[in-house]
Amino acid sequence: MSISMGIDIGSTTAKVVITEDDKILFQCYERHFSQVRQKTLEIIRRAEPILSGKSFSAAVSGSAGLGVAKAAEIPFVQEVFATGELVRKKVPDTDVVIELGGEDAKILFFDRRTGAFEERMNGSCAGGTGAFIDQMATLLAVAPDELDRLSQDHQFIYTIASRCGVFAKSDIQPLLNQGASKSDIAASIFQAVVDQTITGLAQGRKIQGKILFLGGPLHFFKGLQERFVETLKLGEDMAVFPDYALYAVSLGASIYAEEEGTSFDYHTLVEKLENAADEAVTTLRLNPLFESQEEYDAFVKRHEQATIPEKDLAGYTGDAYIGIDCGSTTTKLVVVSKEKDILYSYYNSNQGNPVEIVREQLIHILKECGDRIHICGSAVTGYGEDLIQNAFHADTGLVETMAHLKAASHFNPNVDFVLDIGGQDIKCFKIRNGVIDNIVLNEACSSGCGSFIETFAKSMGYDAASFAKLGLFAKHPVDLGSRCTVFMNSSVKQAQKEGATIEDISAGLSMSVTKNAIYKVIRAVSKEDLGTNIVVQGGTFLNDAILRSFEIEVEQQVIRPSISGLMGAYGAALYAQELRLEQSALMSLEELEHFTHTSKTVSCGLCNNNCNLTVNTFSGGRKFISGNRCEKPLGRKENKEIPNMFAWKLSKLRALKGVDGGKGKIGIPMGLNMYENIPFWYAFLTRLGFEVVLSDVSSRALYRKGQDTIPSDTVCYPAKLMHGHIVNLLEKGVTRIFYPCMPYNFNEKKGDNHYNCPVVAYYPELLDANMEVLKNISYEHGYFGLHRPKDFEKKAYEYFNREFDIPRNLVHQAAKEAFAVYDAWKWEIRQEGQRAIQFAREHGKKIIVLAGRPYHIDPEINHGIDKMMTSFDLVLVTEDAVAHLGNAGKVHVLNQWTYHSRLYNAANYVTTQPDMELVQIVSFGCGIDAITTDEVRAILEEKGKLYTQLKIDEINNLGAVKIRIRSLLAAIREKEAQQKAR
Amino acid sequence: MAQIIRDETGRILFTQEMKEEYTILAPNMLPTHFKLFKMAFALHGYKVIPLETTGREIVNEGLKNVHNDTCYPALLVIGQLIHALKSGEYDLNKTALLITQTGGGCRASNYIHLLRKALKKSGFEDIPVISLNLSGMEKNPGFKLTFGLIKKLIYSIVYGDLLMLLANQTRPYELEKGAADRMVDHWVEVLSEEYKQSKNVTYRRVKENMPRILQDFANIPVNKTDKIKVGIVGEIYVKFAPLGNNNLEEFLHGEDVEVVVPGLMDFVIFKVDNRFVDPEIYGGGKLKHLIAGWFENYLVGWQDDMIAAIKRFPQFDPPSRFQDIKNLVKDYVGYGNKMGEGWLLTGEMLELVHSGTPNIVCTQPFGCLPNHVAGKGMMRKIKEYNPTANIVAIDYDPGATAINQENRIKLMIANARRMKKMVQYNELVEIKGKMTNSAM
Repeated sequence: MSISMGIDIGSTTAKVVITEDDKILFQCYERHFSQVRQKTLEIIRRAEPILSGKSFSAAVSGSAGLGVAKAAEIPFVQEVFATGELVRKKVPDTDVVIELGGEDAKILFFDRRTGAFEERMNGSCAGGTGAFIDQMATLLAVAPDELDRLSQDHQFIYTIASRCGVFAKSDIQPLLNQGASKSDIAASIFQAVVDQTITGLAQGRKIQGKILFLGGPLHFFKGLQERFVETLKLGEDMAVFPDYALYAVSLGASIYAEEEGTSFDYHTLVEKLENAADEAVTTLRLNPLFESQEEYDAFVKRHEQATIPEKDLAGYTGDAYIGIDCGSTTTKLVVVSKEKDILYSYYNSNQGNPVEIVREQLIHILKECGDRIHICGSAVTGYGEDLIQNAFHADTGLVETMAHLKAASHFNPNVDFVLDIGGQDIKCFKIRNGVIDNIVLNEACSSGCGSFIETFAKSMGYDAASFAKLGLFAKHPVDLGSRCTVFMNSSVKQAQKEGATIEDISAGLSMSVTKNAIYKVIRAVSKEDLGTNIVVQGGTFLNDAILRSFEIEVEQQVIRPSISGLMGAYGAALYAQELRLEQSALMSLEELEHFTHTSKTVSCGLCNNNCNLTVNTFSGGRKFISGNRCEKPLGRKENKEIPNMFAWKLSKLRALKGVDGGKGKIGIPMGLNMYENIPFWYAFLTRLGFEVVLSDVSSRALYRKGQDTIPSDTVCYPAKLMHGHIVNLLEKGVTRIFYPCMPYNFNEKKGDNHYNCPVVAYYPELLDANMEVLKNISYEHGYFGLHRPKDFEKKAYEYFNREFDIPRNLVHQAAKEAFAVYDAWKWEIRQEGQRAIQFAREHGKKIIVLAGRPYHIDPEINHGIDKMMTSFDLVLVTEDAVAHLGNAGKVHVLNQWTYHSRLYNAANYVTTQPDMELVQIVSFGCGIDAITTDEVRAILEEKGKLYTQLKIDEINNLGAVKIRIRSLLAAIREKEAQQKAR
Repeated sequence: MAQIIRDETGRILFTQEMKEEYTILAPNMLPTHFKLFKMAFALHGYKVIPLETTGREIVNEGLKNVHNDTCYPALLVIGQLIHALKSGEYDLNKTALLITQTGGGCRASNYIHLLRKALKKSGFEDIPVISLNLSGMEKNPGFKLTFGLIKKLIYSIVYGDLLMLLANQTRPYELEKGAADRMVDHWVEVLSEEYKQSKNVTYRRVKENMPRILQDFANIPVNKTDKIKVGIVGEIYVKFAPLGNNNLEEFLHGEDVEVVVPGLMDFVIFKVDNRFVDPEIYGGGKLKHLIAGWFENYLVGWQDDMIAAIKRFPQFDPPSRFQDIKNLVKDYVGYGNKMGEGWLLTGEMLELVHSGTPNIVCTQPFGCLPNHVAGKGMMRKIKEYNPTANIVAIDYDPGATAINQENRIKLMIANARRMKKMVQYNELVEIKGKMTNSAM
């Protein structure tokens, strides 16, 4: 008979169980709202009747439990280890445990061979899961349990990026805006969690056998359970969802406590916990936002000056203009008078259905207008631009950056920097000579900052506004760093552990969001870097704490227009006014009242992008398709005429077909540097007598096939795809795969050296060590160098003679031919480049050098960016087609990677061509591009060219890409207009 | 005062005059080693100061000045240098910076360029930057890595590695807290005194000193209990530098384990070995091949001497020979895997596992490219062939909090303890079984 208490303090909840032998005497599961010590004490007090007067053992576990354990001198047990204790005792025939918590995700693998077990926890780059689901529910404006119910009725699963919550959000947002059903999205969210668990945690281990599912989310959400069972193809007895799922860690802790045997009595324990409240604080603290009420009052007064006069719609007669900003989470709408005064404004969450909201608002406005007010123009901007413009016949649409510039110039004609932090996005741009220059949108990894505060506030039991207010007078704001919100979650955890107050955390969050914007997105070095006439806007800046943090950080006063949240809509209205129309084409009141809207989702299937199309049907049978990357599904013919070198290169390479030469089949995974080298290897191996079999063009399905063998979830997507290519080759029945390690690239003599990046260089070895299936075949992944053709002949002979008994002269001959074939291929690329440039010039079209790595032509990697660009009537040329024409000379970095030398030279060439722009594609996780992007930018900007960067990942959403391209085009147009005016 | 002279690319040269007048600031990685480096440089007329600053301001300075996606070591090293320039402690007209440049296919070769960009951004354009490398990149009239200097630097590595190893093996067991650290300080002082004269910094003296150092550490009273050993491997900077790994060694000491840190010498030999191996894989460079081979043997000889010296003191465990590590890695990665820590990283993990330290923290900067393959990429296979291997990969970056990292390390240690208990239990059962058998 022994009583034992297990305490599990997670990121958001505290769980306590008290057991006597196998019987549970007491259990409690509650949110602690970061009042960790108080909550623990409170729960233990509740258990007084059970504990009082007895001696019992106790242990603390959980990510936020260490502080309490130390303070009260209770043994601490690492939480995964605690889970292990439970499993060993209760369900010893388990093979795998999957446990999802508020912010943690864990997998435990049991090794039958040694009886030991191996744990995987989410690393520093992996979104939480419970918190993530909550966040997504907020996004859909449903309660978490409703999300679960919704998911039961799903018809369709969308691809939602699974790496972290922030990415997923940027995938879900457009789906919502396109009117996809909430049921489908709900199920897709759960699928994303499942995918994340499999890729992020399993890291090369198969999840199979008997699986025990633990933790809150897996206990509460039937939809999530279902996704796991289905994805892992688990039979009835193989998936265990126990009723103690919530208490697994605390039960484990109580087992551990029993073994440890440290004994406590109720009163000493409570006393210790009571006295513990004064633990020394070690997290770095910052200066308060405001020292005094007076300081705050002066601040408020100063910002009140930036206003637009507001008039009453009912009291106005004359012309008016409507601007609509259909953003990612909110819909904004304004009506302005001829004098640019605001007659009416609307700002609200779009509840996942912006069409209906805009309709209601337009009806309301038109009713108010009656015959007094004449709508002369209407314009739409924001994520939902196309949809809304089409639905209601707005006169025009404009890219959001333009809309914001229009509005900002109204407040300060000299504005040289605009920063907008909305719910999901941070965008900012500089203005040089009245032209938008240097647009920076948040990269996928730091977005969601505004809504982060909102979600965080909710998890603490506050609404966003009052939570932020708490921070205004905080004495010691917590320094939470300036990285992605996922990291911030754990910084908050750390601060909570050390006893920071809600006020300090609130102020700290505001400062972090601000720092994120400045250092992560804008990457400013000094205040001069930003500009001297700064306008800040977006819903997030309505929050005084954020505004103050920003001014403190940039050390200057900025303008925050009173309509901070409405700037996009206001800018759109001003733009509508500039159209100088007699009459807006906008729907009439009657049409609006009879307006209907339904949407359904179909898979396009016209090419291997397989876009998920949302077909919106409006009243009268009008259709609007969104989610497309190209013109194909719209019934319009693809503009085949416009040269697209991405498509051209791909089709050329895919035309390589193996020839049976008697030596058998040899498979080559088509990814990474193979996109550069395949013409060489194809010619070489074919000549040696091998039948070359290429893996298929990448696709999502192909990626999934190899997903469970990826050991490092932060490596770039192009590398991750290689696992799928190997599986694909094996499915084709090859028993030999050739994929050599190549630290050196071809030596084009353009840089200081000619390396490949470390991932490209050694990935074949990683596949060898992580893909079991390769053990059954012959996997040739030795080292080769093509940078020394003569030596290659010798080394290749040594290898191919040893392995395949191929005679020396044949190897030498094949090598010579292969080098010639490769040279011819390079020549062909350059010829095609010239053809494309000539075409563009004959037809008066703009030329874009779409620069990246050779493997960026893979449609699963570029997600169809090339087609989207040609749909804007742009001629696409690859960097390797023009690199030889430029000479960047001595660059400011060590120029030692062949692909990068091409980038620098191509950029240099573009600066000499007035009708060319360069757009750089960068894969997320490419560490080397942290160096190249700055350099390419410098080369372009030095000569007055614009720099545009597209950062891509497995995210399948081109929304942000589109904004960048359109802003670039708008900027080019304005620049040209200016030059003409001069 | 020294004139600022630039070469044709605009780079400021470190001139002979500057050598006389300038203080050279350098980032720090291994405090003990670097104290000796400082003295070695002084013998050749350079006033080098390895910075010992720490704190969040350094990270912030790095965040402000370096592309945030660049690896964490670059951010820290550059942050630390700029922080020092801004501190007001140094006369900016007489200060230069020193930074290493490996010249391999890893991003690290670009630190110097990132540093120059950062200097420009912060208005320190006239501060000369010296590249420390063995590849002949960026020559300076006032700074020459002569053979004499190289030798002294390598002696310092031998001393540093030995002191680090002995301290790590003594510290967890010392009866008087701080005794091992005091002994390190004592010897750094003794050596610093010797380093004042070139004639004292010879290989003969190193050989004489090694047994003395060993004897001194052997004399520290200890209570040799059975503690869990935890090895640290990883990207060279975050592996060694407390600034980079949130004081990992200190944290581990607090967890009551013995820390095993493979020394710096292996890395130096590894980099030389790469040059030896390259021509074998791709052809060419006969002379380079020969020189690298000769130099490698030279270094290996010194390492062997150190190992031999340690072996005479059975209370200490010597490190493995470079060649032994190299042999271990054969079935895992090729010797062409040379960027960053390359195959040595895999090798060090294997060496630890094979030498009784299966518990390993593999440190790396977030998103470190070479370690995707040689670190995380090899763990599955290492565990497959060595079931006792208990490895945890820890990422370091400006946003990663110590609590997350420590939590993961604690888990690894909890596993190690459990495994040890099991082994002990099994042994007991075995012994008991034998006893019953013999009784029958």
